[in-house]
Formats: sequence, C-alpha cells, structure tokens
Amino acid sequence: MQNDRQIKNYHLNFGPQHPAAHGVLRLILELDGEVVARTDPHIGLLHRGTEKLIEHKTYLQAIGYFDRLDYAAPMNQEHAYALAIEKALGIDVPIRGQYIRVLYAELTRIMNHILNLTTHAMDVGALTPILWGFEERETLCEFYERASGSRMHAKYFRPGGVHQDLPPDLIDDIWKWTETFPRVIADMETLLVDNRIFKQRNVDIGVVSQEQALDWGMSGPMLRSTGLAWDLRKSQPYDVYDRMDFDIPVGKHGDCYDRFILRVEEMRQSLKIMRQCIHEMPAGEVLTEDRKIAPPRRAEMKQSMEALIHHFKLYTEGYKIPAGEVYAAVEAPKGEFGVYLVSDGKNKPYRCKIRAPGFAHLQAMDMMLEGHMLADVPAVLGSIDIVFGEVDR
Amino acid sequence: MTATALEQLGKHIETALKNEVTGYTIANDELTVTARTDQIVKVLTYLRDDTDCKFRILVDICGVDWPQRAMRFDVVYHLLSMHLNQRVRIKVEADERTPVPSVVSVFSAANWFERELWDMYGVLVSGHPDLRRILTDYGFQGHPLRKDFPLSGYVELRYDEDQKRVVYEPVKLAQEFRNFDFLSPWEGARAVLPGDEKADGAEKGGA
Repeated sequence: MQNDRQIKNYHLNFGPQHPAAHGVLRLILELDGEVVARTDPHIGLLHRGTEKLIEHKTYLQAIGYFDRLDYAAPMNQEHAYALAIEKALGIDVPIRGQYIRVLYAELTRIMNHILNLTTHAMDVGALTPILWGFEERETLCEFYERASGSRMHAKYFRPGGVHQDLPPDLIDDIWKWTETFPRVIADMETLLVDNRIFKQRNVDIGVVSQEQALDWGMSGPMLRSTGLAWDLRKSQPYDVYDRMDFDIPVGKHGDCYDRFILRVEEMRQSLKIMRQCIHEMPAGEVLTEDRKIAPPRRAEMKQSMEALIHHFKLYTEGYKIPAGEVYAAVEAPKGEFGVYLVSDGKNKPYRCKIRAPGFAHLQAMDMMLEGHMLADVPAVLGSIDIVFGEVDR
Repeated sequence: MTATALEQLGKHIETALKNEVTGYTIANDELTVTARTDQIVKVLTYLRDDTDCKFRILVDICGVDWPQRAMRFDVVYHLLSMHLNQRVRIKVEADERTPVPSVVSVFSAANWFERELWDMYGVLVSGHPDLRRILTDYGFQGHPLRKDFPLSGYVELRYDEDQKRVVYEPVKLAQEFRNFDFLSPWEGARAVLPGDEKADGAEKGGA
C-alpha cells in the first residue's frame, strides 16, 4: 500500500523578498525531496520601462537611466551608451578622456566584484568578507563622488568623453589606494580560497560546459570560467584598452568556485590597468571640442554669446543622430553589455535596446540547477552575479 | 574587421542562402542581413554551423516598431562569432498576426529573448516552448514598447487600506504629461505683428 503511493513534487517559492535573491527575484522551485527538479525564475518585479522612457528623452538625458540598470557597476553601462552614440556620430574622444574612462571602468569593475564576491561568500555562510570588502567599496564610492559628485549614479561618461577632468589629488589618492588594495584581496583570499566549508559549498556546483555557455549566450566571467579566453577588452578593444597590458584569467571547470577565483584574479588585473592608466595618462582635454555635441565650459559662457547659444541648444533640443542603427558593447563586470540604438534622424532615440548580461545568465538557471540540492541555489545565484536593475530594465 | 572582409562575409551569406536572405547592407562597420521571416530558423542554423561563419553566440533578440509600415515590426537578431571576431545582425519583418518561428531549437538563449519580444511588442512566436509574459506584471494587458502605447500606461496600482490589498486603477496624472517639441524651437508659432501683412503683400507686388 505504502509503496504504490505516488510522491508529488514539492513547489517552493523562493523570494521575491529573500536576502540571497540579490534583489527581487521570485524563483518557483520544483523540489523532489531536497533535489531541485525544475527552476522557473519570475523576473520583472523591478521592471521600470527604461527602454520606453529612453525613447522619450534626448540622447543626453538618457544617460542617467544607464546608471540605474546595473547599480553595482554604473559607469560601465554609461560607457556602452556613450560608445554607441560616438559610433553613430563618428566622433573621436580626446586621449585623456579615454584614459579616464578606462580608469573608471576598471575601478567600477573592482567595485562590482567586491560586492559580488563578498555577498556570494555571505550567501554560503561567511559573514566577515562583506564587512572587510565594503570598507574598500566605500573608498571607491568616494572616488566616484570626487570625480562626478555622486557616489553611485554618476552620469559621468558623456558621448565625446567624460563630464569633467579629475582633480590632481584624486589621481594621487587612487594611486595610493591601488598600493594598499592588494593586501585586502590577499586577506579575503585567506578567509575563503582554502576554506573547507567554502569549497564544499562551491566546488563542482553549477557546472557549465563550454558548449552550454555558448548555447545559452553567456559572456564575461561565466564564459571565461569554462576555459574560453574571450574578453571584449582584448578582442574588440574600445577606448585605450589596446594600449593596456593585462591578462585574461580563465577557469577550468566552469563551476561556482572557478568563477569566484576568476573574479578575484580579475580584480588584480583591473588594478594593473588602473595603474597603467594613471601612469600613462597624458594632459589635455577630456571632452570633445565639437560644440554641437558637447557643451562649452561654464567660464566660456560668461564671455561668449556663441557658447551660450550652444549651451541652450544642447540642453533643449540636444543633437540629432543620422538615421540608422548601431550596436556597441563593452565588457561590463558581469559580461557583455550592449546597446542597440535605432535612430530616425531626430534628437531622441527611436529605439534603444539594452542587452544585459544578467538576463542571459539568469535564464540558464534551470539548466545549471537541475539535480542540485536546495542549498546550492544561493551559491549558484551568487556566482552568476545578478543585479536586478539590468535584468528587469 | 575591414570593410572588404565584411563585404565578403555578406556576399558569402547571400550566395549560400539565396532563397532565405533578401539582401545585406553595411553601415557603421556593421553587417546587417535581411531575411525572410519564415526562413529565420534555417538562416540562424546556417550561420551557427557553417565553418566560415561559426556565429555560435546569440547575443540578443529585440523588436523595433514602425507603425506606419504594413509589416510594422522588425525582429532583430544579433549574433557573435568568436571565430571571426565579428558580429552580424539579422532582420526579419512581422506584424501582429504573422508569427515568427522560434529559434529556441538553434540557440537555447533565445527562450527569454523571445518571451520578451512577445511581452513588449506582441509579436507571436510560433513553436516556442513556453511563451508567457516575462517582464510585465501578472495579468498585464497590452504591449508596452509599441509606439501606440502611452508612456504612462493605462493602470496604476496602490495599496488599499480598506480592502487590505493592492488595487489597480486607471492612471490619474496630477499634471498633464508634458512633451515639448524641441526640434524646431526657432520656427514655432508664427508671431503676427500688426503691419506685417503689408510686408508680405509688398514683396508679392514687387515681384
């Protein structure tokens, strides 16, 4: 009698309010005992209609929305958008502007990885790294503030360069920070890398093969952890990345542990790039001198009528982009972040599709979690580095 | 990649898929291939498997709405080839009734992108394993990225203290939505100055 009974799978609602969900993710888990049989992520709880809103803003006004996508790494998103517009308009960025953008893009990568690595560690039970890591992250937020005036939503990268030059003492402080930060990475490593519990929770969990990674459209650390050395900074370099000397770390097994180690190594490479940027950074303009694209300096406007007119025209009508379409992508900390702009020749984007890496990674959850235990769900979720701002848009 | 290489790649794709591809253009150093809607699965399979292409990664699928056209939607596929270090864009057309064949069988990554396409534009995807809405609310009606969908939407929700639940209500804007047309600020409403009509008349008379 007992043996004939069919045991029904159990459905578990994970989230939308759960500290390990990294935001507002609702996972419907079908559990066979404690083993996950099927995962159905319900996303969209943070959907703000960013793409629709951008269609109603001028090109310059829309930059602010990009900060709010992946709010753990704001400037990388701005970078993709700025590159798309520069490509469509065919304008060049002054060299110093490019160096500053690369410097801040890498600084943002470290900022993002600190957040991801430490929260991932917290998801699997280690509380100390997040307390140590966030102290450093706070320093980076201060660097953001000193460059742009804002700790998170910087709106600093503009089409044609960056909004304003860095103060000289800020560059010195960033340099000093790059000297002390390796010790923090080393400290974090001693806590986690050889930690028995951390390894038990992560090694051979959420394994992705190369074939699967390609099939599911993965990019960034997710793809590199499978052993493919693909990095847009090397393969399709933008700004001054082609002048930078850095390595692409790759994984071997494609599991959560590899992704963790890979991100730690990426932070070291980012530091290397930042130091090169500071070392080589030339003097000069940071924003294009084309007054039809970039506004004149404030001091100029006090003297010149023409500058005043340019300023007025840029902040009301904005600039027009010739009809056509462009796609520009950057290697954001989470993977390939792309912006597909369609213009109809007016001063607002006709269509702006945001290609977020997290969106492609999250849909592979079902594939990655099948056959894993319930307790592995937070580990996998932590290791794919999800931020809901960009997944839901 | 140089322009000639792009040209070659475009030619290669066009000759290999004579009946499926309707043409290609190169703009902004990007290759755009237009294809026939019902043949999209074949096109993507070819691009993925051909040894000269190896577009193994589906980067993105998205829609673009052109309401003035008979086939109002463009469905745009972005592919990436690590082998060539090259991207390609495939475009097909659709309208509210013509379904686009699902490419989930070619790229698993297409699953959510096609759900988003359905959710945002209402483009039907035939043969999709699980065509549900993805980004909008449960029970949402309409397709928000269509050009005829208002920016504010139709409903807003709030927590009702009496009913102890969230209720949906028609959108009430405290202030009218302001949409300034900045495109021609210098050629706005024509100011009619007293006596000006004489100037026009004088010109006509003079000529």
